[in-house]
Amino acid sequence: MSLLRIQDLSLTIHGKHILKGISLDIATGEVVALTGESGSGKSMTAFATMGLLAQGAEASGQIHLLDKDLLSLSEGQMCEIRGRDIGMVFQEPMTALNPVQCIGDQVMETILIHGAGSKAEARARARDVLTRVGLPPDQFPLSRFPHELSGGQRQRVVIAMAIALRPRLLIADEPTTALDVTTQAQILSLLLSLAKSDDMALMMITHDLAVVSQMADRIAVMQHGEIVEEGATDELFSEMRHPYTQALFQASRHQANLPAPVSAAPLLQVQDLKRSYPLPRPHPFAKRPRFEAVKGVSFEIAKGERVGLVGESGCGKSTLTRAILGLDPIQSGHITLDGTPIATAGPDTKRKIQVVFQDPYGSFNPRHRVDRLVSEPFHLLPDAPQGPARQEAIAQALVAVGLAPSEQTKFIHEFSGGQRQRIAIARALITRPELIIFDEAVSALDVRVRAQILDLMADLSREYGLSYLFITHDLTVVRSITDRVLVMQQGEIVETGPTKQVLDDPQHIYTQTLVGAAPTLPDIGDPHAANAAV
Amino acid sequence: MGMLVYLTRRLISLFLSLVVASMVIFLVVEVAPGDPASYMLGINAQPDTIAALRTELGLDQPKLQRYFSWVTGMMTGDFGTSYTYRAPVAQMIADRMWISLPLALMALTLSALIAFPAGLLAASKRGKAGDVSVMAATQLGVAIPNFWFAMLLVLLFAIKLRWVSAGGFAGWDNPMAAIKSLTLPAIALALPQAAILTRVLRSALIDTLSEDFMRTARAKGLTRGQTLWRHGLRNALIPVLTILGLQFSFLLAGAIIIEQVFYLPGLGRLIFQSITQRDLIVVESVVMLLVFAVIVVNFLTDLAYALVDPRLRSRA
Amino acid sequence: MNRSLLLGACLSAIFLLGALLSFVWTPADVGAMDIPNRLKSPDFHHLLGTDHFGRDLLSMIMVGARTSIAVAVVAVGIGMGAGVPLGLAAAAHSGGMIDEFISRGNDLIFAFPSLVIAILITASFGAGAINAIIAIGIFNIPVFARLTRGAALSLWQREFILAARVAGKSTTRISAEHILPNIANLLIVQGTIQFSLGILAEAGLSYVGLGAQPPTPSWGRMLADAQTMVALAPHVAIVPGLAIVSMVLGLNLLGDGLRDRLDPKLRVMRT
Repeated sequence: MSLLRIQDLSLTIHGKHILKGISLDIATGEVVALTGESGSGKSMTAFATMGLLAQGAEASGQIHLLDKDLLSLSEGQMCEIRGRDIGMVFQEPMTALNPVQCIGDQVMETILIHGAGSKAEARARARDVLTRVGLPPDQFPLSRFPHELSGGQRQRVVIAMAIALRPRLLIADEPTTALDVTTQAQILSLLLSLAKSDDMALMMITHDLAVVSQMADRIAVMQHGEIVEEGATDELFSEMRHPYTQALFQASRHQANLPAPVSAAPLLQVQDLKRSYPLPRPHPFAKRPRFEAVKGVSFEIAKGERVGLVGESGCGKSTLTRAILGLDPIQSGHITLDGTPIATAGPDTKRKIQVVFQDPYGSFNPRHRVDRLVSEPFHLLPDAPQGPARQEAIAQALVAVGLAPSEQTKFIHEFSGGQRQRIAIARALITRPELIIFDEAVSALDVRVRAQILDLMADLSREYGLSYLFITHDLTVVRSITDRVLVMQQGEIVETGPTKQVLDDPQHIYTQTLVGAAPTLPDIGDPHAANAAV
Repeated sequence: MGMLVYLTRRLISLFLSLVVASMVIFLVVEVAPGDPASYMLGINAQPDTIAALRTELGLDQPKLQRYFSWVTGMMTGDFGTSYTYRAPVAQMIADRMWISLPLALMALTLSALIAFPAGLLAASKRGKAGDVSVMAATQLGVAIPNFWFAMLLVLLFAIKLRWVSAGGFAGWDNPMAAIKSLTLPAIALALPQAAILTRVLRSALIDTLSEDFMRTARAKGLTRGQTLWRHGLRNALIPVLTILGLQFSFLLAGAIIIEQVFYLPGLGRLIFQSITQRDLIVVESVVMLLVFAVIVVNFLTDLAYALVDPRLRSRA
Repeated sequence: MNRSLLLGACLSAIFLLGALLSFVWTPADVGAMDIPNRLKSPDFHHLLGTDHFGRDLLSMIMVGARTSIAVAVVAVGIGMGAGVPLGLAAAAHSGGMIDEFISRGNDLIFAFPSLVIAILITASFGAGAINAIIAIGIFNIPVFARLTRGAALSLWQREFILAARVAGKSTTRISAEHILPNIANLLIVQGTIQFSLGILAEAGLSYVGLGAQPPTPSWGRMLADAQTMVALAPHVAIVPGLAIVSMVLGLNLLGDGLRDRLDPKLRVMRT
């Protein structure tokens, strides 16, 4: 008999259909992954199971946990079940903990609220649980506050709270999306080992097919509020009956078709760059200590070359980006573009370097229309085109990124995330640059959109002979779109070389950890590619 | 360590605020038109009499020197001598403070006692009848000037119902009577402030309701009420403390005006009398004292922040 | 259109129109004393009754609204005019000397009990509408400066500002072109609230005799005059008070309604 049996679950939020008749079984000790792109309804399935839907949500169907139909229970009865029979882990560990309560109290609360022991017993149990999740009290006392822990450590505390009473079912909603790849690997293996040792069912919600393929016993692929395909992991990946599953899989390991680099002449040269920030004074009369974010970095990008810069959060890659863009002063070293120092460069040099940011929603002033947004970099040019010439340039840039010139009168909120990234690229193209910096520019996009944008980038590079600097934490993206990769750790570049070589045969220990930790898709043939070849 | 740094920083800024405040007050009073000596002696006074009084009051000394003697005097408890009453200002202030300070404190307590239950109720019943009526009441409360509310209270309780006297102060010799004569003024001061505090508490609580950690708490099995009480309130306290600190300043100032309505011989009456008589040293000292009280309360609010929020303690 | 916006707009409009109308017409001459008809309860001739000199209260409320509105508008103008640029400058140079200076200055003014300082200013420089405006306006500056700085700081983190910087725009230009339009809603809503606080502050100052001086009618002084007459003729005290409450209530409702309409997530400061 299944531990959790979801039958014909439908959900409307303020009349809008979010889930359309979901059915899913999870057995004791089984790891089941729900996957799909954003808006597919995978998180909503989890929240419906927890009975934690927002106001205005109406669920129908049945969700049986053993013999109880969770949807028919009262709020009071659900409170007894949450935390005791079902635990939940969330996406954002930085905000999932109460900032003004110490971690011990927060873990103890799960135990105390269900009356599962005295305060002393709860404390002892909290110690045990925290040890189990890898936070032994001799190193991480119960009196620690969340802000004293890293993101990965906080996620461990959240897991400890969720499993403190050994629930039968653990729901993990994108538990590692906000974490670095090495931390992600640790948290995933922790979740798996806890599930195995407690014989706990695990409902894993993630958009990342690679994570799914490594963890789950069974996979359910969701699209538009429906489960389009479901099966044991191996079978699902080998059969892939539904076109949507195939599309997701193809897009996840998409390889953009890169042209060969144009020439070997260096375009951007960074020499011995150092950048440090002042830290708060330890006491009011002390000298301000400085944090060295970038400790003497040197590299070059040749004309027409696509270079990746990878590293985990805090490694200094964002600081480096800002320095190259001339947004922040540097302490020492040189950055030159075509031989001209960036810091003192005139508009003619600055126009050669443009940027595309991560957040498709935050990159545009919501009050301006597309034509004004796209033409903003013209501010750099002393002789920027005016009138019809300006309109022509805007139209050309929009066409180059696959949008119609007529879109220029719209506001940014009328576009989807992928279209916004296209507009961001159009804005970068308008000054006819030679180097575009992509700062995590595809990280916020769903896989299929990401694949399209990567293709667009490859096409543009071919057409205009553009050089790229790709800043990302995602090795798949690096593999897809770059010729050469720089690996950065704690403000230093620890390894560099041709992308394929570095990722397939990493030399530096840190690169090895990074590559080893990155989840990979199962290496199976592509039936369609095979067909096409025939 | 973190706490010590935090404390030192706050103490330094407390000290600087006091220094700047004293300079501002001194300057404003000093550049004010009107010579106190000639004002006190009337328009028919002889120039040499005025000059003699100026010497006696120390008005002929350089401004900088007078500033320093004023400040150093205050530090030793010597607030100077009133021009008009020929009495030590410190003594006059001490007498009047025993009305204004209890009044402000009573009002502050009352305001918190009303606001906390009302704010919690409104936040937990958001959008329902309880919330709507509390919000409507506060909307009215923030719009009512406290001195007018005081007049209405006098009209109702003193003139129509005759439960209390319309004004005056019975003196602390009879504590019950003293508290009775401060009750109406305290209510008049407290209610409009309670309305503001309720609104702030409600919106702070509602803000925390949408925080991720509140969802985590619900996932542990806490009911809505338990989440609000155990996790929401303490996090919502941070903005509430700010307002509570600011309110003390409003209540002190409000007390000055309310004293006019109830004919209470507190600091407010002293200030207005001294203004009309151009008794500058009294004005300076009372204002400085009020500013001092407010700055110290702000300092205490900062300390309370650090108790509520561990992040502040460790952030150097 | 939501209810509070409608109600607030109507209440505010009534007072504004009444104040404007009073320039050309009032039901009676506000200067004309009519001792035989003193302290009359509201009737057909005097819709809101008369005061202790027999003056028509409705006419005095209309003319008094002029004073209140003028003082509050100018005080908000001072607050916005100085506070917004200061806040923008502090946010643009966040962490630098300018920011430190402006923020410390804000904290300092906030630490002062505003009404006490207003009393000090009006007492030292003489009672009157101009000094009341200055006293109220000064305390509006840090409100707008702090609000602007906070809102602008979070905008400076946004990527569209980075994009503008990459496009070579100066901080001043970015502040004017990108930051200011995006915080305009917030400023409008806060402005309405400061407007209502200004009306309350003006009433308080003129109640203690430090606001507009006779013969300029003002609501606060009408209340002060009424105080000794409360037992004889309660309407003399009730009418001006109701005027203040309705005007302030109207402005607050207008502010709330505007906030709900423009952006429900706006965080205004209310003290």
